Amino acid sequence: MSQTTEAPARTSLPALNILLVIVRYLIIFLVAFGLFGVILLIAGKDPVLAIQDTFSSTLGSAYNFSEVIVKMIPLLFTAIAVALPSRVGLINVGAEGQLYMGAWLATWGALTFASLPAWILLPLMVVLGMIGGGLWALVPAFLRARGWVNETITTLLMNYVAPSVVTFFIYGPWRSPFNSLYPQTVDFVPAARLPTFFGTRVHLGLILAIVLAVLYWFAMKYTRWGLEMRAIGGNPQAARRNGIPLTLYIVAVMCLGGAIAGLAGTSEISGIHGRLRPGFSPGFGYMGFLISWLSGGNPIGILVMSFVVALISSGGDILQINQGLPFAVVNILLAITLFVVLARPALLVKGKKA
Amino acid sequence: MSLLSILGVISSAIFSGTSLLYTTLGEILDERAGIVNLGLEGVLLVSAAAGFGVTSQTGNPYIGVLAAMLAGGLMNLLFGFLVITRRANQLASGLAVMFFGFGLSALIGKPYVGARINSLPRFMLPGLASIPALNTSQFKFDLLIYMVVPMAMLIWWLLFRTRWGLSLRAVGENANTAFAAGRNPRRVQYQALFFGGLLAGLGAAHLSIAWTMTWAEFMTAGRGFIAVALVIFSKWHPARAIAGALLFGGAVAFQLLLQASGIAISPFLLDTIPYVLTLVVLIVWGGTRKYAAPASLGRVYQGTEQ
Amino acid sequence: MADQNHETTDFIASHGRPTTRAPLISMRGITKAFPGVLANDHIDLDVYGSEVHALLGENGAGKSTLMKILYGFYRADAGQILLNGEPVSIRSPHDARAVRIGMLFQEYTLIPAFSVAENIALFLQDLKAVLNIKEICQRIHGLSERYNLQVNPQAPVSQLSIGEQQKVEILKLMLSNARILILDEPTRVLAPHEVEALFRVLDNLRQDGYAIVLITHKMKEVLECADRITVLRGGRVAGSLPRSAASEDTLVALMFEKGLAGLQFSRKPAADESVSPLLELRGVETRSEGAETSLKALDLTVHPGEIVGVAGVSGNGQKELGDVVLGLVRCIRGTKFLFGKDTTNRSIQAVRKSGVAFIPENPLTMATAPFMTVLENMALTNAWRYTRLGGLALDWQAVKTDTEDTLKKLGFSFSLYVPARSLSGGNLQRMVIVREMTHNPHLIVASYLTRGLDVQSTIAARQALLQARQSGAGVLLVSEDLEELFTLSDRLIVLYGGKIVGTFKPAETNFYEVGHLMTGSEVHHVANN
Repeated sequence: MSQTTEAPARTSLPALNILLVIVRYLIIFLVAFGLFGVILLIAGKDPVLAIQDTFSSTLGSAYNFSEVIVKMIPLLFTAIAVALPSRVGLINVGAEGQLYMGAWLATWGALTFASLPAWILLPLMVVLGMIGGGLWALVPAFLRARGWVNETITTLLMNYVAPSVVTFFIYGPWRSPFNSLYPQTVDFVPAARLPTFFGTRVHLGLILAIVLAVLYWFAMKYTRWGLEMRAIGGNPQAARRNGIPLTLYIVAVMCLGGAIAGLAGTSEISGIHGRLRPGFSPGFGYMGFLISWLSGGNPIGILVMSFVVALISSGGDILQINQGLPFAVVNILLAITLFVVLARPALLVKGKKA
Repeated sequence: MSLLSILGVISSAIFSGTSLLYTTLGEILDERAGIVNLGLEGVLLVSAAAGFGVTSQTGNPYIGVLAAMLAGGLMNLLFGFLVITRRANQLASGLAVMFFGFGLSALIGKPYVGARINSLPRFMLPGLASIPALNTSQFKFDLLIYMVVPMAMLIWWLLFRTRWGLSLRAVGENANTAFAAGRNPRRVQYQALFFGGLLAGLGAAHLSIAWTMTWAEFMTAGRGFIAVALVIFSKWHPARAIAGALLFGGAVAFQLLLQASGIAISPFLLDTIPYVLTLVVLIVWGGTRKYAAPASLGRVYQGTEQ
Repeated sequence: MADQNHETTDFIASHGRPTTRAPLISMRGITKAFPGVLANDHIDLDVYGSEVHALLGENGAGKSTLMKILYGFYRADAGQILLNGEPVSIRSPHDARAVRIGMLFQEYTLIPAFSVAENIALFLQDLKAVLNIKEICQRIHGLSERYNLQVNPQAPVSQLSIGEQQKVEILKLMLSNARILILDEPTRVLAPHEVEALFRVLDNLRQDGYAIVLITHKMKEVLECADRITVLRGGRVAGSLPRSAASEDTLVALMFEKGLAGLQFSRKPAADESVSPLLELRGVETRSEGAETSLKALDLTVHPGEIVGVAGVSGNGQKELGDVVLGLVRCIRGTKFLFGKDTTNRSIQAVRKSGVAFIPENPLTMATAPFMTVLENMALTNAWRYTRLGGLALDWQAVKTDTEDTLKKLGFSFSLYVPARSLSGGNLQRMVIVREMTHNPHLIVASYLTRGLDVQSTIAARQALLQARQSGAGVLLVSEDLEELFTLSDRLIVLYGGKIVGTFKPAETNFYEVGHLMTGSEVHHVANN
């Protein structure tokens, strides 16, 4: 007989709540898609065709659907990497840089320990990826904990440093002697590759991400640390007076967020690419920020939103091919969605910031 | 290292720094009124694309510059709507504007990728031409470059010698006090954002129309964020911003010089110099006790309850 | 130097006491209620030109509220304001300034980054589009010379002392054309010589026809510089008299209700002082930020089984005292012993874990996570008690049980499953009391324990303290309610200006004596029978 029951829920009509949530999100997306469609029209493109193409290419076949899942994996990681610090009131925009540094350290592991068997090498790479991302978040965390610089701008700036560092290694010490056309590292040994499923590109990283999401949900809801984190997020002054060690939590949670973002990078290079390429992230870190904000840091919301954003992202590929629009255009849709939520926060699930 | 190459570095620094300086001046106005615009990157991109596109269409770079300014002002007004009227979190709204700018600029600029335009004419100041050492094509600058330092002085004068500037700074320090003194904080902030956006647009215009004369996606490469950091570096003061812009503009040119001298540092590591420099600046300056930031920077003005 | 800011017509410098003049401002029947408290109850007040009118009273007497109504910050529920006999409508500070009323708040509205001149310029009515700083400096100079308000106009305000900042605030008021100046507790943050300087300034102003309302709780000041004194008590006017008719005793009698009869002094035998004290502060000194009061050379002990009451007007160091014990504020000098151990630099968590409970003065901002449920809030200070599996889980059943036990003991009742911020102020206070009392703390620091509570809950809370004392705990009770302090305390100390200015057993003293000390006036201690 377990003693550990959760703090009892506060609403009495869960079904109605879920319905309201769905309605809210529908409104958000309808408005966003509508505005996006208008912009497309002005640009002389066909929005209806765009939506049709998107749906058919993403949900049309099992393989296409699996590609959406593939896109979703790093988004899950980065969204959690932003959501976790947000619960203590930190804004982590540095997931992009943290994922690059995670990928970097994991690559070092893959290249240096290429002779190890997979069951040692892969966990090693996971750990390295977390260390890489976590360390990259340490500097902003420390500066913020001391009250010197806001973590938003430090993480943003470090986003610009990380890809350059990675590129330096790719062009330099790690450059593959083969493939002289595109600079990249040598291919990883098979032991360094995350296994995939059912002939698709969906890799083990998905399981890892989902496990992480569950852990995140569990931690926030049931554990003591989740309780204290939420207390900090709600009222830092009271939390300090109640004896909760603020500085410790700020640094720890920020670094943990960085570590999870590092996992995004690790899973991408190990699961998808099998090598380290320059610029392998089309902005996963920023999309993760968006997802976290849109879902209010809620784990289920993150799962749903990651899928939706992955869908939109795939749509961007289609738009590029079919209608000649640059991929970056999906950012408009994502941005408008965020605009809608910012302009009318009542539409958000929990009604609070990420 | 010849005189020519040193001049080349200085010239590059000036070209690179000008757009940075305009942008920084605009952001100084915004932040002095209490608003941080992290979406500056997006604003710059849209302005650059708009300016370049209009120049290409009309063949007239001056109209292009005006278009870029207008685009910057409008983007900032959009941002203002979110943070002033809807009272949304400034950091999140800024990032949303950044995304929006990424996408919108790509959309606007797509037809003009690779286009060639009539750029702003470059000329030498009459006085300088008589100095033989400086009489090279590298020291021919366009109108916007010549205007940037006077513009900095103008902004200084506006901020510190006019009633409008006093109100603006008061709002950024303590909007409630400004309100008690009879000012309308929301209106002041909108004005600051609009003029800041015009200046940012000017910076973007210089980048795409006058200097590089191209358009490419994401061509601003983080200048928006460097500008935000430059604002801190210059302690929210237009005069210091001039030095900062030169310094950061020079960092880019410095990299070219190193390459030209045959010193073998990876260009990628050199790429990080502006950002690392910015970080160092933030740490050093941000860590001081007497922080010179406007006291209410980043705070959303809630209005008064009766 | 001719001062062009004065209209000399209605500013006839009168050197005698005004007896037949009409008041500049009359407030009639002002009534203002806030949720749960009637702040002003049909108050009449007259303010005359060329006069310093002191508004005297304890905290919560209604002085600030009354003046904020005059300044347009609040709107009265009933009553009228008359300007030179004509009714006038003041609905905002803007309106107040239009009729030349200015108010100097306890929190200064100066912008630290601006210079003195810029701060004043911001409030000038006739500021030109292009600033002429030199001209503004000249205007400042003229006034500051005349009234002894010397300050460097170019200096950034952040570099000025509090006293100098106050001068700037006064100059600001005068240069924005005020002629009726309301000063809210202006000497709270001033050093003695600065207080003297202020009084000289007020005297000069009065002679030039300004009307000054001085809100204060300090006896000495009132007697030194006021021409007329109005005492407020419990939202009503207890009395209004000219200086000539006032003395310390008469004023204290008006400020604090009489009624020594009917009080139950605690009949428990004196606490055993040979036992090691629970709390000991030796020579503790803190440094405060801005307008807060710093503690100076404070010595204090609390023994097991005793309640030490802390009397004083809020703002004289009570918050700092609680914060020092908590560990939130560091001691610059001195040591703090808890249960015999030196805990001067221990963390807040360590302090709480050793068995110290805190009931702070503002439960919502200082003790509550507003968006979490009440039950979750209950676990916040004691998470380590309810942790299971090394932190992976929390024993909510135990939290619930413990909470419900305490609720029953105290006779409180509130829902456990609603977000904390939806509770009323009184219920929030109850929530914090329940949480803090639940694990039999050895030392309880309670600030304004019964603020916002109804009669029944008040009795219950006080009972809880008595029970705690019975079982050997010690209590440090900060309160504004003298009756409460006299009833509950075994020992009573009075805080004034960050120092302890008196220590008594309640049976040895009375309200008047304590009242005097609370207001800073000295008094001979006459043993009471």
